[in-house]
Amino acid sequence: MQTERKIRVLIAKPGLDSHDRGAKVVARALRDAGMEVIYTGLRQTPEQIAETALQEDVDVIGLSILSGAHKTLFPRIMDLLKKKGLTDVTVFAGGIIPEEDVEEMKKLGIKEVFGPGTPTERIIKYVLENVPKRT
Amino acid sequence: MTKVEELAQGVLSGEIRSIARAITVIENNAPEAKKLVSSIYPHTGKAHIIGFTGAGGAGKSTLIEKIVREYRRNGKTVGVVAVDPTSPFTGGAFLGDRIRMQELSTDPGVFIRSMASRNYPGGIARATKDAVKVLDAAGKDIVIVETVGAGQSEVEIIKVAQTVVVVHAPGLGDEIQAIKAGIMEIADIFVVNKADRENANKTVMDIQAILQLNNKETAWKPPVLKTVALTGEGVPQLIEKIEEHRLLLEKGLKHKGSREKAEAELIEAIKEKVVSSVLEGLRKEGEFEQLVGEIVEREIDPASAAEKLLKKALKDAEA
Ligand code: B12
Ligand SMILES: Nc1nc2c(ncn2[C@@H]2O[C@H](COP(=O)(O)OP(=O)(O)O)[C@@H](O)[C@H]2O)c(=O)[nH]1
Ligand SMILES: [Mg+2]
Repeated sequence: MQTERKIRVLIAKPGLDSHDRGAKVVARALRDAGMEVIYTGLRQTPEQIAETALQEDVDVIGLSILSGAHKTLFPRIMDLLKKKGLTDVTVFAGGIIPEEDVEEMKKLGIKEVFGPGTPTERIIKYVLENVPKRT
Repeated sequence: MTKVEELAQGVLSGEIRSIARAITVIENNAPEAKKLVSSIYPHTGKAHIIGFTGAGGAGKSTLIEKIVREYRRNGKTVGVVAVDPTSPFTGGAFLGDRIRMQELSTDPGVFIRSMASRNYPGGIARATKDAVKVLDAAGKDIVIVETVGAGQSEVEIIKVAQTVVVVHAPGLGDEIQAIKAGIMEIADIFVVNKADRENANKTVMDIQAILQLNNKETAWKPPVLKTVALTGEGVPQLIEKIEEHRLLLEKGLKHKGSREKAEAELIEAIKEKVVSSVLEGLRKEGEFEQLVGEIVEREIDPASAAEKLLKKALKDAEA
């Protein structure tokens, strides 16, 4: 039998934001591109997101947020990921994140941010090109 | 220490990252998977393994969340492997069982892993059995497996679990047919979930009626219980029954059960080994490719081609 590696992605919605259409669209698109997508539903705390990523041993974490709370939630999530030793996981995000905040998010270690209207093909391509190489 | 030994050590000490990595290694069938499983195997056999099967939407994930909470109240540690289907067309999967278990994810006494079936038949994944071993070796008292939930042919779970709970809910249509068609025999406990719905009692009676048709003398008569997974009603009673079943297994049936499981696992392992080693030999010779061509051209049928190849392979093995 052969080695069968699959890309595992966590799509998470931090905070009290209940806009879940975008997250579901992205989750479905990545699934249809052959990935294994873990979706955890609405209202996740940073602790829940980091712990889920750890137990599920994901390659990629996608954060979806439309509430405007990214500036308080994202630093906390990135901090917890670091504490748990998940520094080799690619984190990216989407939703309503104003242009002027993007630089700050990238400084935290969020690798890319995708806003409204992004074609899912671009998101798929991004994941395929940015999956961390793991042994 | 080699990397595999380190990983195995991490699993045995219950370290979360190692448990997670070990399951990935097994899922991907990475080169070190076999060594990993063999080094943790001596430390397995302590956990009680419970399977939850039944149609999608019956409430398995919601019920498991409540059961885990109850076990936690009783001081037990728990591992969960939740399997969802892989799309046969794209190879991708949407793993959504965790949606119902969100609040368990930060409990250090609980480890949850979502797993795609990767087209393995029978309602679980090829890796499920060994992932359960990882959680067992990591010291979890209870390991719970949630199957895909496609219904009828989900019988693989009996090879993994010691206690199988079949979950139904009123209003799922033809599902009583499905019980008759196969899941019936594998159930140690029946649960009618969504007992808050009015026709729950009818579902209970339907199941009892089918059970009565089977009047074989057995040490264990599968009970039919009602639960409301949304509120946790009936969950302590369910756990009581699971515990009763576990004690019965421990008293005597266990030996028989575990022999059967061991035999099935051995046969499976032999099949896998034989097929891959024989195939490898055949491919090297070139005759394999040639026969594939002949089958395509309808010059020979697959069964005769297989016979021809195997005769040769077995002769080679004797020489
Ligand atoms: C539909 C909608 C709703 C629906 C949500 C239904 C649902 N289940 O999702 C309802 C009516 C419930 C709703 C409610 C509210 N909404 Co509203 N809503 C919208 C609206 C019009 C569209 C959002 C949408 O679904 N788009 C379609 C999806 C497919 O697009 P998307 O989410 O942007 O996702 C794409 C990208 O962003 C990206 N993406 C998204 N997530 C991710 C994740 C990853 C990993 C990646 C890579 C990419 C990615 O990829 C997707 C595909 O391109 C937006 C306005 C807008 N134009 O965005 C406002 C908006 C988001 N809502 C807004 C507000 C204020 C609210 C309310 C507070 C209104 C109120 N006062 O009650 C409530 C809050 C509810 C709550 N508790 O959170 C504001 C947010 C303002 C802000 N952040 O500063 C917006 C921007 C409207 C506005 N201009 O003011 N809303
Ligand atoms: N009314 C009612 N709904 C329930 C109950 N248990 C679960 N559900 C709902 O049934 C749906 C499917 O539940 P889920 O646990 O995902 O089912 P699974 O597919 O078998 O894992 C969800 O919307 C649950 O909220 C229950 O006891 N009563
Ligand atoms: Mg489920």
